[in-house]
Amino acid sequence: MWILPISMLVITTLLAIPLSRYMTRIMDGKYKVPRFLGWFEQRLNSGPQNWKQYTASLLIFNTVLFVFGFVVLALQPRMPLNPQHKGLLAPTTIFHTVVSFMTNTDVQHYSGDVHFSNFTQIFFAFTMFFLSASIGFCALTMIIRALRSDSSVGNFFVDMWRVVVYMFLPICFVTAILFLQQGSPMTFKSFRQVSTLEPAAMGTLENGQPNPQTIVVGPVAAFVPIKQLGTNGGGFYGMNSAHPFENPTAFTNFLSCVAMMLFPFGLVLMFGRMLNRLKHAWLIFGVMMFFMVGTVVWAIYFDTLKPNPGLTAHPIARTYEVFNADAAGGKQAVILPAVAGLPVDQHLGNLEGKEMRFGTSAGATFAALTVDVTDGAVNAEHDSLNPIAGLSPYAGMWLNCFFGGKGVGMINMLLFVVIGIFVAGQMVGRTPEYLGKKIGSREMKLAMIALLVHPIMILLPTGLFAGTSWGMKAESNPGAHGFSQILYQFSSSSANNGSAFDGLGVAYGFNDNPNPAPMARQWDIASGLVILISRFLPIIAPMAMAAFLGAKKSSPFGLGTLRDDTSTFAFLLVGTIVIIGALLFLPVAALGPLAEHWGPLPFGG
Amino acid sequence: METQAAVETTPQPLHRKITKVIRKRTNQLMPPGTAGPALKQAVIMLRPDIQWTNPVMFVVELGAFLTLLFVVQAAFGHSASQIPITYFIALDVWLFLTVLFANFATALAEARGKAQAESLRRTRRDTVARRLSPTGTIEEVSSTHLKLGDTIVVEAGEIIPGDGEIIKGIASVDESAITGESAPVIRGAGGDRSGVTGGTRVLSDRIVVRITASAGESFLDRMIALVEGAIRQRTPNEIALTLVLSAFTLIFLIVVVPIWPMAWNAEQYMMGYLALQQPLHSLGTDVPTLVALLVCLIPTTIGALLAAIGIAGMDRALQANIIAKSGKAVEVAGDIDIVLLDKTGTITIGNRHATEFLPVEGYSATELGRLASLASAADETPEGKSIVSLFESDTQAPIAVPSGAEFIIFTAQTRMSGIDLAGGRRIRKGASDAIAQFVKEQGGTVAAEFQPLVDGVASRGATPLVVADGPRVVGVVALEDILKPAMRERFERLRQMGLRTVMITGDNPLTAATIAKQAGVDDFLAQATPEKKLEYIRKEQAEGKLVAMMGDGTNDAPALAQADVAVAMNAGTQAAKEAGNMVDLDSDPTKLIEVVEIGKQLLMTRGALTTFSVANDVAKYFAIIPALFASTLPWLKTMDIMHLHSPTSAILSAVIFNALIIPALIPVALRGVKYQPLGADALLRRNLMIWGLGGVILPFVAIKLIDVAMVSLRLAS
Repeated sequence: MWILPISMLVITTLLAIPLSRYMTRIMDGKYKVPRFLGWFEQRLNSGPQNWKQYTASLLIFNTVLFVFGFVVLALQPRMPLNPQHKGLLAPTTIFHTVVSFMTNTDVQHYSGDVHFSNFTQIFFAFTMFFLSASIGFCALTMIIRALRSDSSVGNFFVDMWRVVVYMFLPICFVTAILFLQQGSPMTFKSFRQVSTLEPAAMGTLENGQPNPQTIVVGPVAAFVPIKQLGTNGGGFYGMNSAHPFENPTAFTNFLSCVAMMLFPFGLVLMFGRMLNRLKHAWLIFGVMMFFMVGTVVWAIYFDTLKPNPGLTAHPIARTYEVFNADAAGGKQAVILPAVAGLPVDQHLGNLEGKEMRFGTSAGATFAALTVDVTDGAVNAEHDSLNPIAGLSPYAGMWLNCFFGGKGVGMINMLLFVVIGIFVAGQMVGRTPEYLGKKIGSREMKLAMIALLVHPIMILLPTGLFAGTSWGMKAESNPGAHGFSQILYQFSSSSANNGSAFDGLGVAYGFNDNPNPAPMARQWDIASGLVILISRFLPIIAPMAMAAFLGAKKSSPFGLGTLRDDTSTFAFLLVGTIVIIGALLFLPVAALGPLAEHWGPLPFGG
Repeated sequence: METQAAVETTPQPLHRKITKVIRKRTNQLMPPGTAGPALKQAVIMLRPDIQWTNPVMFVVELGAFLTLLFVVQAAFGHSASQIPITYFIALDVWLFLTVLFANFATALAEARGKAQAESLRRTRRDTVARRLSPTGTIEEVSSTHLKLGDTIVVEAGEIIPGDGEIIKGIASVDESAITGESAPVIRGAGGDRSGVTGGTRVLSDRIVVRITASAGESFLDRMIALVEGAIRQRTPNEIALTLVLSAFTLIFLIVVVPIWPMAWNAEQYMMGYLALQQPLHSLGTDVPTLVALLVCLIPTTIGALLAAIGIAGMDRALQANIIAKSGKAVEVAGDIDIVLLDKTGTITIGNRHATEFLPVEGYSATELGRLASLASAADETPEGKSIVSLFESDTQAPIAVPSGAEFIIFTAQTRMSGIDLAGGRRIRKGASDAIAQFVKEQGGTVAAEFQPLVDGVASRGATPLVVADGPRVVGVVALEDILKPAMRERFERLRQMGLRTVMITGDNPLTAATIAKQAGVDDFLAQATPEKKLEYIRKEQAEGKLVAMMGDGTNDAPALAQADVAVAMNAGTQAAKEAGNMVDLDSDPTKLIEVVEIGKQLLMTRGALTTFSVANDVAKYFAIIPALFASTLPWLKTMDIMHLHSPTSAILSAVIFNALIIPALIPVALRGVKYQPLGADALLRRNLMIWGLGGVILPFVAIKLIDVAMVSLRLAS
């Protein structure tokens, strides 16, 4: 049970060390490539950029990406590789899907195998996987260059090229072969019709023959590696990594986990190498790992080692008093009756919504890891996690820096570092400084903007949807669990995570769907806007912050300077993250997972 | 630098310590007569237009007024909830008290500053100034009418009417009114000790002083305005912190506002769950309670004390007899990396005296002594006098200066002094390189044995003073200086604070190295000229270091202007005082240590209280969240690890704690968090434990105690 997560983390760390060395060489431009690749790179190179030009390039590129994505999705019915004649998605769903994929979020308000043709899968999803994944990567690289006061912060287009061609492509190729070998389909065919082993279960056609089952196939083996390596997480199939084609074996499950953690791990070390502050980077790595292990242990402990509370006995009735004007004395007793346990063997923990092919702890482990690194692929139903075990994925999304997405996770961590240093670092009696640069009000303003966006984009929409029919009509279970569903959707959107809690009616489906989820449009738009705002502000503000910091004179290390590679600093960083996280999200945690955990059953489904 | 200059100073007391200086003025938390005005001021500051400058407390005040509306509504019986009106009243009272406590902290700091300023101002009561008109007549005017550039005459027993520079004469001056030091000091024209301060008393002689600051614009006046808060500008770090606190306020607003619909959602569900006909109300949809939650979460503790911390920092500087021209200067002092200290008077006592005559071949020690004494006959510096007295005690005969001789005085450029005898004989004494230059100019050569002689003297830490008779080198006079006691410990303290000490001296490198080693400084700058000092500071600054320097002379002014923290001695020249950003009334060269500590304390206090303020919030959540949902999600009571009496008592306890912690921390804000030179890491660990971890734990205990107290006083429902 514990061997699985431990070996995943150890192996990824071991792989990330040489990878980070390679990444540093590439991003520092110290490499030789075949001439034709160099030729392409030269065409892209528009010359050294300053931070504003770099940021502008990033934004323009994303705008182009948005238009491109919108066009591909809008033209799905007219495009080839669509033998099942999959139609046009609802416009709001197209907006949401494009935004979601171009920002590396991949919240899916549709089901890949139902709503996407293979053309869309390849030219929309597959393309976006590569390109959106490199944005955060490039942003972090720019921040590093700014922090070390380089004369130019590099060229955005060259960086994109380097990330996609020199890093993602070769590693994806190797991983794809492994997936292919393990049994993922790799074909341009769109579906196969097969007779099932139990023909009677499928019903009969008019001619009396048993109904064949249509199994959707496609270039899955090529699709999944970048889905994981790019921490995208948008599934080829609606079932995502629980689908036997998308994740055929326990080995591919292991591989999927390693793949999604690989670049986030490597980027932290690349940060240290490029800045020549490897010890500091290892400290950050350690803090991130501390939290990641925490979320994994929490999830496994409360989900795999604890029974499903819906099936266990509450042998004693509990009584609570609540205010009620109608009742005598203004108070009314709420009695939670005793519940007898169901005759279910629960020694394997909560098995609801788990894919047993991968082992008992694989679902909880995957759930924790996928939110920590903002991948968002899932191999188990998060809706079915024990309520308190669900806190682990929430924590990963709320703080969004337990490695986090490629680049952006490290950027988020930088914000906590800067804020921690600013608030507590003053206690050494010096103007707070990071990497020798004094942190002034302009830097703090940008850091606070970047920090503010995320909680705003989670809490305000959650409040709005929880208090109106937009949310109340979409939740599949009312009460605390329904609240958790709403909260999860916005947490996942704002964290650019993409994992889904499920159970929320957010899918409109095809534009001509006569019976869509009632609030699907509102969810498409709200989630899409949250994704957009939470993607770009927290990238741009730190980029500006790094540029301003980098322009400052660097003061030398002295005995009186706060050291950023000591255990004290690690303690400071952990404290900052825990306290800020708790202060921001404890109320919603109480209303959702905690209320459900301590509450009675049946309560909120 | 060398003080071969004209005017002598009274030796500084050896063991002057900051503690002694501070004790001279009262350091009570509330000096008599400050509490009343501070309370009154606290009420006046409730005005929203004043409160507006402090965003955190402004939000609290808004919340208090909003709650007042609900109190009124409840008083007229329109409240929808079942909660007794006494709860709302208590809540509102404590919200207003929170604002009042914050105002009181600021007002008290200002009142202390005013009290401090008042004691200074007493020294500058109107005096009669005797102004010298251009025609040479003397007219009597009030000191308040003195203008820049006026020339005044002050005689023994009179009080100097304003800040100025002596242009004629020499006098002993009693500066105890501003420094607290009773020993008189010598101030005289022409040298680096020409500055005089208004309010001090001339004890002997008569001096002519040029006024360098119009009445009301002197350093002291500026400082008085600074500590009174009248022209207090926020320092860069304070601005950044205010911004962060505002952002935290905004964040918590965003945390609190959505709780209303979320709680409403829970109410709706529970109504269905309990099959209630009437609407169900929890504190989660009660606006005053949400206001209370917001006030508890936003960093009110530091928001309330921030201004007081800044004012108190200036006040502490003043208590150490430092007049800072801006708060920024004090703050920057905490960041200093390098301290430049003059050797003479700072590291050594400064009374170098001749101990030995070492002639070169062909001269006797007596001959060397005679020539050296002749060259020093007009030299009033301790060194010069000591040469003469050494010679006289050796030979038991006074020296006779031949008539027709002309004295050559020391200048910073020639670095020599001496005498030209009537016969054209030119006798010089000075630094070895200067004399070697002189000898060559006279057509002579320097004997080979001369250099080892100089080095021998220098390497034992003495200063070799070379004497030349025209083109011939006669020999070397060894001048020895005495290290001040306890300097090694002081430098060690600076080192522990992370500062590097650099000794500046006009001595040759060998002497400098020996003394630097004996004194325990990290580095030295030998044969320092004004240009060399400036260059040194620029070089260090180019590496990103911040440099502090103390100086008194006019030739220090460029370096003082370049240094990040420049403390000019009050006794120094006007140019030095203009160039520096602080003036030390005691003219104590080791005062930099105190300045640095005050700067560090300022930043530490802000950091500590901010950390404390944020860490406090965790406990408040555990009190308030279960209370908010007690009617809808009663099982959240499990979170209530403090086992508080009731939802309303839980919220009131948190609000009361939040309010009371402000006055409880006023002493910390005003006195500052104690700085100890432990090194950054140990200091951070210590403060994180006290203010961070302590800040998390303390409110759990305190809120519980307040709750218990309310229950035992039957105040809780």
